[in-house]
Amino acid sequence: MSGKKKIRIMDHELVPKHEVVPKEEAIKILKELGVTPQQLPLLRASDPVAREIGAKPGDVVRIIRKSPTAGKIVIYRFVIAG
Amino acid sequence: MVMKEEKVIGAIKFGILSPDLIRKMSATAIVTSEVYDENGLPVEGGVMDPRLGVIEPGQRCATCGNTLARCPGHFGHLELARPVIHIGFVKHIYDLLRATCRKCGHLKIPKDEIDKYLNLYERLKDKWPQLARSLSEFVKRKAIKNMECPHCHAKQYKIRLEKPTTFIEEGPLGRLWPNKIFNWLDQIPSDHLRLLGYDPNFSHPKWMIIRVLPVPPICVRPSILLETGIRSEDDLTHKLVDIVRTNEKLRESIASGAPEVIVEDLWELLQYHITTYIDNEVPGVPPARRRSGMPLRTLAQRLKGKEGRFRGNLSGKRVDFSARTVISPDPYISINEVGVPIEIAKTVTVPVRVTPWNIDEIRKYVLNGPNKYPGANYVIDPTGRRIDLRFIRDLKAVAESLKPGYVVERHLIDGDIVLFNRQPSLHRMSIMGHIVRVLPGRTFRLHLAVCPPYNADFDGDEMNLHVPQNIEARAEAKTLLLVQEHILSPRYGGPIIGGIQDYISGAYLLSSKVTLLTQDQVSDLLASISYDGEIPEPAVLSPKRVWTGKQIISLLLPENFNFSKEAKISSGALKCTDEECFWDSYLVVKKGKLLLGVLDKAAIGAQQPESMLHFLIREYGNAFGKEFMDRAFKLFLRFIEMRGFTMALTDIMIPEQAYEEIKEVVEEAKKEIDELIKMYREGKLESMPGRTLEETLEIKILDVLSKARDKAGERAVKYLDPFNNVFIMAKTGARGSALNITQMTAMLGQQSVRGQRISRGYRGRTLPHFKRGDIGPEARGFVASSFVKGLSPIEMFFHAAGGREGLVDTAVRTSQSGYMQRRLINSLIDLVVEYDGTVRSAYGELVQFKYGEDGVDPKNTSFGKAVNVERIIEKHVGWKK
Ligand SMILES: [Mg+2]
Ligand SMILES: [Zn+2]
Ligand SMILES: [Zn+2]
Repeated sequence: MSGKKKIRIMDHELVPKHEVVPKEEAIKILKELGVTPQQLPLLRASDPVAREIGAKPGDVVRIIRKSPTAGKIVIYRFVIAG
Repeated sequence: MVMKEEKVIGAIKFGILSPDLIRKMSATAIVTSEVYDENGLPVEGGVMDPRLGVIEPGQRCATCGNTLARCPGHFGHLELARPVIHIGFVKHIYDLLRATCRKCGHLKIPKDEIDKYLNLYERLKDKWPQLARSLSEFVKRKAIKNMECPHCHAKQYKIRLEKPTTFIEEGPLGRLWPNKIFNWLDQIPSDHLRLLGYDPNFSHPKWMIIRVLPVPPICVRPSILLETGIRSEDDLTHKLVDIVRTNEKLRESIASGAPEVIVEDLWELLQYHITTYIDNEVPGVPPARRRSGMPLRTLAQRLKGKEGRFRGNLSGKRVDFSARTVISPDPYISINEVGVPIEIAKTVTVPVRVTPWNIDEIRKYVLNGPNKYPGANYVIDPTGRRIDLRFIRDLKAVAESLKPGYVVERHLIDGDIVLFNRQPSLHRMSIMGHIVRVLPGRTFRLHLAVCPPYNADFDGDEMNLHVPQNIEARAEAKTLLLVQEHILSPRYGGPIIGGIQDYISGAYLLSSKVTLLTQDQVSDLLASISYDGEIPEPAVLSPKRVWTGKQIISLLLPENFNFSKEAKISSGALKCTDEECFWDSYLVVKKGKLLLGVLDKAAIGAQQPESMLHFLIREYGNAFGKEFMDRAFKLFLRFIEMRGFTMALTDIMIPEQAYEEIKEVVEEAKKEIDELIKMYREGKLESMPGRTLEETLEIKILDVLSKARDKAGERAVKYLDPFNNVFIMAKTGARGSALNITQMTAMLGQQSVRGQRISRGYRGRTLPHFKRGDIGPEARGFVASSFVKGLSPIEMFFHAAGGREGLVDTAVRTSQSGYMQRRLINSLIDLVVEYDGTVRSAYGELVQFKYGEDGVDPKNTSFGKAVNVERIIEKHVGWKK
């Protein structure tokens, strides 16, 4: 194997879709859910996927993943430093 | 309510009490070992000094001026003549003595290293406390290894700990008495302590040497006044008196210049008393005992263990208005009910507020008093005064004095709602709401269909009953906890409450094709359930008017109910997969009429999802489900009573000829195994993929033997009446299995331990009755006898070996799963499904954005899916597939 070939983790089948939510939309979502950002599940900025999509501390990330019960589910995570 | 100033706890800091702090918080010094004077009054300066807090009601506290209810109790203190070691800190002291220099008290690590580690430690401390702890541990280990002080270059000696509290240096210092240890620990620089994980301001290790002993307030060690007038003191008080007395003697002998040996003996004695005062179960220390020989319950014992302060009083508490007794079955009450003995109904009470509308009824209870049922035990007037009716001679006067606003604690009566519980409470159906039926006798009565959710049987099981004490609790119990609300289980979308055992046999027999009922029988059956509707035209008019069992059962089904499914008996020769069924093993209900098939476990059994019972409850509601079970099950039992149902030895006996056949089967199997063993010995046996030769042989032998058992079972069963009662139970799923019948009639077959043939015991053999190296069937636990024929001693031994494994397994499994359950529950306890469908913790943190990701309640699903299209079609058009 050549050391140059870079693996993009986002292409892996077990990595669900992640995307940074725009600020205004994030505020709306938080309001709808009735939570403070800290009450969302957290995501470290050092998480490989967070780095890949360029999520910064303070961002809200939308994750769309497969669910055995619901088929598809959308969840949100709050990005923290570290 | 009066608003009080609210104070919020910001933080809690744990540390070690310093002598200064102990003196500061002390209300008085304890100076004498005398406790009471000749008048029986507590001596000032004794361990029962009144300044330690009020004990008699009405008195005012000498320290805080409060009465009994408000006085929190006050600590005293005892100045020890010589310091002693605190048994709880022996390990810490030992480590510190070894890690620091005997001369200068510095940590035995070079200065630059200490600075480096200290820097690292300060950075780790707040963010990674776990890592900081590992660092301290590492530094400590390193220092202990060093046998020369890097600071003052003094030579270090090995220090020995002679359990429990004696420290000895194998060098010039010799025995390290606590005062020496104190001076040593006192020398250690603060920075070095910090690096080792001690906070010198709040828990300086020198305070691990006790110089001043705090004496707890009297209210934590109250004395009891016996009827004989003799005062009995608490264990702690006894121990404190011992300590004070020894301390006195020690001080006197020091003052009088007694020889050092005597002083040291007393010092050791003081150490012993203080050690056992703190913990009376220290290894190597004889426990202090009472005169009766009972070990004293001292400080550590009060906290430790299942009945200690934490697990016994804080995690779990005892409650009032509860009862416990043996349970027994009662098929005549509703599944929603529980039978309560009169004796219990007269003891646990319900508080009822008197109103103009119930005053006449409540007067009757008060008139009956506490002894006559239904009566009342207490009357509480609007000022909150409790009148105990046991001591009222003129009940009539009390009854007449009742006015709206009074509260009467009346006996439990029919119709009250109570909570009923059986341990272990593993799921929510372990506590359900039941309606009271007061009955004679001394046991709780339980409907048999409610056994599965509680996992109860009647071999001596006991259950608990709790009486809700306010309207909210009663309403909650009625709407959320009532048994009928839990018929469908969230564990699997199916009824956890349903038919078991005789209900299933009875249903099968009643719905069977051959059951024809005369008018008398029909009347009897329907009367048993107080049926008051129309009776249909009989199915057969001539020569006699007779009804089928199916006609009777149909009377209980809703008029628009459609259902069809294979019955449990549909297997083997009786298999049917559609309505064209000769064997009556395909159940068909159309427009509420049971047309074809029999009712068995697959139709009315508990824990059977997608059954007739399940859909009846799903589609017609819990109340209907309860009503259906109450009535149908009573009917089935009445029928099985009329017909008679038993199990006789003849049901499982086979003729001599059958035994010959079984013998043949066994011989054949043995021959086959001999062949296999021969092949194995000659090396001709081919091993299966991924298996050794030995494993292959074992697997093949097991296979041959299990086939032999099945064959023997078939041969034996041939000779039995396939419609005898034992078969009916096995086939309908009421009780027992085909294997049980085989083991009773034909043979038990191979016994196993850990999934393998029994192979251990003596060298190369299981029992001395066999040759070494015999790996034939008999030598390895094959049982060719049946339960009816009886087992030979050797077979009996193997059967017991196999049976023992089962017992051990269950014992191990329950303890392991119990611990897992405890931990899971402790972590999930506060999670809540909010009204918006999200799952949140107590702090409002989102755990799931939608409960289960789909927001579906598993108890209302069919196999996890919210909608079952096939069933909806069948329900409406009466047709499936
Ligand atoms: Mg039992
Ligand atoms: Zn007080
Ligand atoms: Zn030194």
